[in-house]
Amino acid sequence: MSEAGAARGRPTLIELFKVFLTAGAISFGGGVVAYLREYLVSANGWLEDEDFLDALEVSETLPGLNSVNMSVIVGDRMRGAIGAAVAVAGLMLPGMVIMMTLGVLWEQQRHNANVNAFLIGVAASAVGLLLTVTLQLGHKQFVRPLDMLMIAATFVAVSVCKISLGWVLLGLGPLAIWLYRPRGAVETAERFAHLRKRLHSHRAHWRH
Amino acid sequence: MHKLISLAWVFALISILAVGGGTAVLPEMQRMTVSQFHWVTDKQFRDIYSLGQVAPGPNMLMVMVIGYRVAGYAGAAIVAFAFFVPDCILTLFANRLWLRFSDSPWRHAVQRGMAPIAIGLMLSGTYAIARLSIHNAMSFAIAAATLGVLMWRRVNPVLLISAAGLAYVIFAGNALHLTVTIPHG
Repeated sequence: MSEAGAARGRPTLIELFKVFLTAGAISFGGGVVAYLREYLVSANGWLEDEDFLDALEVSETLPGLNSVNMSVIVGDRMRGAIGAAVAVAGLMLPGMVIMMTLGVLWEQQRHNANVNAFLIGVAASAVGLLLTVTLQLGHKQFVRPLDMLMIAATFVAVSVCKISLGWVLLGLGPLAIWLYRPRGAVETAERFAHLRKRLHSHRAHWRH
Repeated sequence: MHKLISLAWVFALISILAVGGGTAVLPEMQRMTVSQFHWVTDKQFRDIYSLGQVAPGPNMLMVMVIGYRVAGYAGAAIVAFAFFVPDCILTLFANRLWLRFSDSPWRHAVQRGMAPIAIGLMLSGTYAIARLSIHNAMSFAIAAATLGVLMWRRVNPVLLISAAGLAYVIFAGNALHLTVTIPHG
């Protein structure tokens, strides 16, 4: 694992912590991955772009938050298991402190009409943001009939039939893997081209 | 003590099911924390979710506030541990295993197959938040405007989200004023 990063020099644990701490402190609404790519790949050359995109693909397939999975995988690739722990700690620390502060304040102020109104506005806006993220992530899937069918089946199972998530995954997961079972060579270049394009649009939207 | 154990297993279970990220598990989280365990109400769930939007880093850190509501700081710590640590360990080892199969065509089949399911789950998560927050023309307009702006312009979403919160405060203030003044008028 660790020799992958050795090619172009690897960061010390402190450097790693600083990059992830910054990402955790300044990223809002899904910008973490674009930030990490800029710092780990472009600015410092600690990771090859292919390795980064590969990690992103794995992060999105495995359970858990994409930004946290991404931190575990690239932390591990650069500095082993300790690197993974340092990366995750850095990513979460600023958010944890601010989140708890907000939580305690909210607990005291939650009957305040202005606080309530503010949070309703935020939630409504979050709906627009979530829809944007989903459309960007799924822009490739939304044009393929088979993918559309799986998307619709999943949505109906969870939101209409109210089937518990575990059963939905156990039922539809193996079915989907079987439907996409190997039937020829995998186009690696094409796979990454689509990820690159999407990251580009992330950056276009969320860098200021 | 009993509550802490329930919090731990509920959030560990939810995190393991989080294929497609945090948004994908929102309906399940809402079902378990609101309907099944009555730890929070629908309205509180929505408000805590919104707090996560205005804090930096992963939005799902908001689960700590659910833990805090149920069992104070110990609850927050237990939930953070249960929600993040098992997933991190799983990811660490699954990824190392994944690398060994990097040339296997089945790896691609798993990734291709799970992608539309993840998208479907994210739509369900978005729908769950929409059900909790879009109740009138103003909230609908805020959601539509956010979508429109993010689709066409480079904006940091936290700016939009904060502006949306303030816009709703002004709207609600005026609405309140109206309902108060009408009986007098």
